[in-house]
Amino acid sequence: MSLLRFPVNSSDHVQGPDNASVTLLEYGDYECPHCGLAHPVVQRVQRYFGPRLRFAYRHFPLTEIHEYAEAAAETAEYAGFHGRFWEAHDMLFENQDRLGLPLFLAIVRYLGLSEQGLRDALAHGTFADKVRRDFLSGVRSGVNGTPTFFIDNRRYDGPVDFEPLVATIAAQLEYAMTPA
Amino acid sequence: MSQLLAPGTTAPDFTLRVTPDQNLSLGELRGRRVILSFYPADWSPVCGDQITLYNQVRREFEKYDAEILGISVDGAWCHQAYAKHNHIHFPLLADFHPKGAVAQKYGAYRELDGVCERALFVIDRKGMIFWSYLSPIAVNPGADGILDALESLQNQEK
Repeated sequence: MSLLRFPVNSSDHVQGPDNASVTLLEYGDYECPHCGLAHPVVQRVQRYFGPRLRFAYRHFPLTEIHEYAEAAAETAEYAGFHGRFWEAHDMLFENQDRLGLPLFLAIVRYLGLSEQGLRDALAHGTFADKVRRDFLSGVRSGVNGTPTFFIDNRRYDGPVDFEPLVATIAAQLEYAMTPA
Repeated sequence: MSQLLAPGTTAPDFTLRVTPDQNLSLGELRGRRVILSFYPADWSPVCGDQITLYNQVRREFEKYDAEILGISVDGAWCHQAYAKHNHIHFPLLADFHPKGAVAQKYGAYRELDGVCERALFVIDRKGMIFWSYLSPIAVNPGADGILDALESLQNQEK
């Protein structure tokens, strides 16, 4: 059983309340087709549990096989720096078939952010360290491909489908709510 | 399941094809740390993930002065095509002739299937096995065990 060595903290991008009973964490890659398929599943799971569930996302780009994965992750971080991480995140997954600089620029333009700012950040690798830290935290926790999910601090090895995810999270919720 | 060579055993030396016209011997890497990753086959989906992952993590292995070598029974031409297709930047060795001979020395050969087990070894600078791990054949063992082993090896050598 692989355990998350680096629990979700303030440097993570998080949706849902900090005091939610259960945390779902995804290690993902914007160019990974399986992550693309998982994206709407995660959104459905979030809607199902509402404020009882907190969702966090960390980058795990496999840059040797995915040409745009690193720049996509850095684009999301650039948007995140300006408080718009999740909008960029959604748009990257929803437009996975046309990843590339024109899309990244279009996303920041849509969000009202500076295109030149993104160009500079990508050229200087301003957010490369953050992406690398995410990646390494995953490697040390037994992430061996994408997407990999952790429910609280335990790796979820089941199918990435709505029902089994909901069942596992519900069991963890029940466990979390049981008085000691 | 096979019985892997245990920690504390001297890693058997070997010479295998690393490209269609070049050989690599374990002995050439003496003085450095070595990770041996035996895996069943090029192209199969799980190893694909595993080898892709190690390719991505190899900079971390380098921080521990460790060189990673992949070993399967695929031939050198197959390895070459596979490495090119997936941009693999570490050596893939062909335990091709006599088939599986090196894997057998390490206790990492599946006689029944005629392929290597999914097995990992971390070898210290003196050529001694420090850590070994046999993964279920269909499970990607990831890199966390290797990095933990390299970390404790480094601490021990301090």
